[in-house]
Amino acid sequence: MPAPAAPELDDPRTSDVDEWGRSEHMREVARSLFAPFYDHWFRVEWEGLEKIPTDGGALLVANHAAAIPSDAPVIMHGIETELERPVYGLADELFKKLPVVGTLWSRCGGVLAHPDNAYRLLRQQQQLVLAFPEGSKGPGKTFDQRYQLRRFGRAGFVQIAMRAGVPVVPIAVVGAEESMPMLANVAPLAKALGLPYLPITANMLAMGPIGAFLHFPVKIKLRVLDPVHFDVPPDQPRYSRSKVMDEAEHIRQQIQEALYEMLRERRSVWKG
Amino acid sequence: MGKRVLVTGLGTFWGGRVAKALEADPSVDVIVGLDKVEPTIELERTEYVRSDENYSILSRIVEATQVDTIVHTFLVVDSTQMRARTMHEINVIGTMNLFAAATESSVRTVVVKSSSYVYGCAPGDPVWFTEEMARQAPPRHRVERSLLEVEGYVRDFAVDNPHVAVSMLRFSNVLGPELTTPLSRMLELPVVPSIFGFDPRFQFVHEDDVVRAVLFVLERELAGVYNVAGDGLLPWSEVAKICGKRTAPISPIGQRLVTAALSRLGVDIPPEIVDLLKYGRGLDNGRLKRAGFDYTHTSAGAVQAFIESLRLRRTVGPSPDYRYEREVEDFFRRSPAVVRRP
Repeated sequence: MPAPAAPELDDPRTSDVDEWGRSEHMREVARSLFAPFYDHWFRVEWEGLEKIPTDGGALLVANHAAAIPSDAPVIMHGIETELERPVYGLADELFKKLPVVGTLWSRCGGVLAHPDNAYRLLRQQQQLVLAFPEGSKGPGKTFDQRYQLRRFGRAGFVQIAMRAGVPVVPIAVVGAEESMPMLANVAPLAKALGLPYLPITANMLAMGPIGAFLHFPVKIKLRVLDPVHFDVPPDQPRYSRSKVMDEAEHIRQQIQEALYEMLRERRSVWKG
Repeated sequence: MGKRVLVTGLGTFWGGRVAKALEADPSVDVIVGLDKVEPTIELERTEYVRSDENYSILSRIVEATQVDTIVHTFLVVDSTQMRARTMHEINVIGTMNLFAAATESSVRTVVVKSSSYVYGCAPGDPVWFTEEMARQAPPRHRVERSLLEVEGYVRDFAVDNPHVAVSMLRFSNVLGPELTTPLSRMLELPVVPSIFGFDPRFQFVHEDDVVRAVLFVLERELAGVYNVAGDGLLPWSEVAKICGKRTAPISPIGQRLVTAALSRLGVDIPPEIVDLLKYGRGLDNGRLKRAGFDYTHTSAGAVQAFIESLRLRRTVGPSPDYRYEREVEDFFRRSPAVVRRP
């Protein structure tokens, strides 16, 4: 809600860090560092990028994979370079607790996945917001489960999109699963450390210590599906639970089917 | 008939500032200030009454002066300045007694100066807290527990006395030329302490805006809870930069040992500030703005105003202290020899 017009105040800011912690300057640096990986390592290919709105808010929803997920930076980098509009990525509070990583994550457009944060970004600021409804259950699955979508949380993302009056744009990502496959999860240690999972990845076995951070040079392909508009009025205190769950399940199925189709067409993990 | 106002904590920074601002308002007939200690700023017509911090004589004063407005500024939010016991006496017991005295009395308006500490500070917090939002985690620090208890008494009083307009203001971190807080003391150091690897966004409100907000809700009798905080959030590193200083990162591991050692050296970083240095906090100030309040400073502007006045003070020295002397004050207020201008 706009506040009544006030006289312009002196605001001696010295950095471009916004209220969410994102800095366009830092994003530029991150994009230039990530560009070689995007172009030459993962050789990213998009399909249907034109379905992502060039203005107005939208909630982008994708499948989530790899021990260190490679899908989030790929989606954010791709949209920001192609569409030239910022993308805010929602993530777990785990990030905020990590020194250095948490700050870098925040400067690069990461925002805590709190319903009010998402609502403000989508409704009041009409931004693009990226969410992974599977949460840590997506990257936390082992390699034999690849491309099997987990439960879409409690469908909170549908509720937020309804409240904010914005469409959900589903994105199917193929390749991320093989970029850092998790062979086993050391669950007891993960629990002791307060982490959602503690992976032993194929990368570690193949590349040694570097493999803890470096993804395999797999081909990553993304397909943007048709935006889902909900014909409900925004800003309602509650929405029909069954409608919310149905919509979430529908979106999940769409992504799942797109994944199967893309996998049928894929000839090689490395070349696409 | 004009307002008759009772101000608690007259000897504190806020009590004095609010009383002074009320004196300038011709619609206020009577200002009575309570405190254990004497006022630290010169006041013209405010009547100072000495009382202990939990106001045992309060009901007699309310009865005798027939005040219709209570401004409760005497809530301690700086935990470095006193022991837990004293803070509990002042905040919780003081508020309890204050509202006991205000029940079934002439009081029609109550303004309480609370703090954003009631929202807590946790990694799962939203970027912006609105007035309805509950804190994410149970209170961890005594100042938070203390203020939550105070707010409980305020809510109870508001429910029991529907004819009284009760406003509760939750202030963000205050900065300004004159106030001293744990954060302002940190910003006065040659290097500004921070937690390594964390650079959260901070919000500030200028001390003038705090006083103006108290008078604003008082004048309009705005009942309810209002956040008071400047526009915008800025990273702690930028706060230090505006102050022309570097940050001195403290290791997040073993940080308690470091803050304990620093405390010995006279640099107090209480645990609630450590949380802030890790996760920050933002208050949505929209509700008070929609009620018509205009801020004079943004968050960054408050930092700027603070550091400019600090530089001036460092150069020309602090302004001379005012000393309250009862005979002198009584002379000015009551002697027939004093010519009073209407």
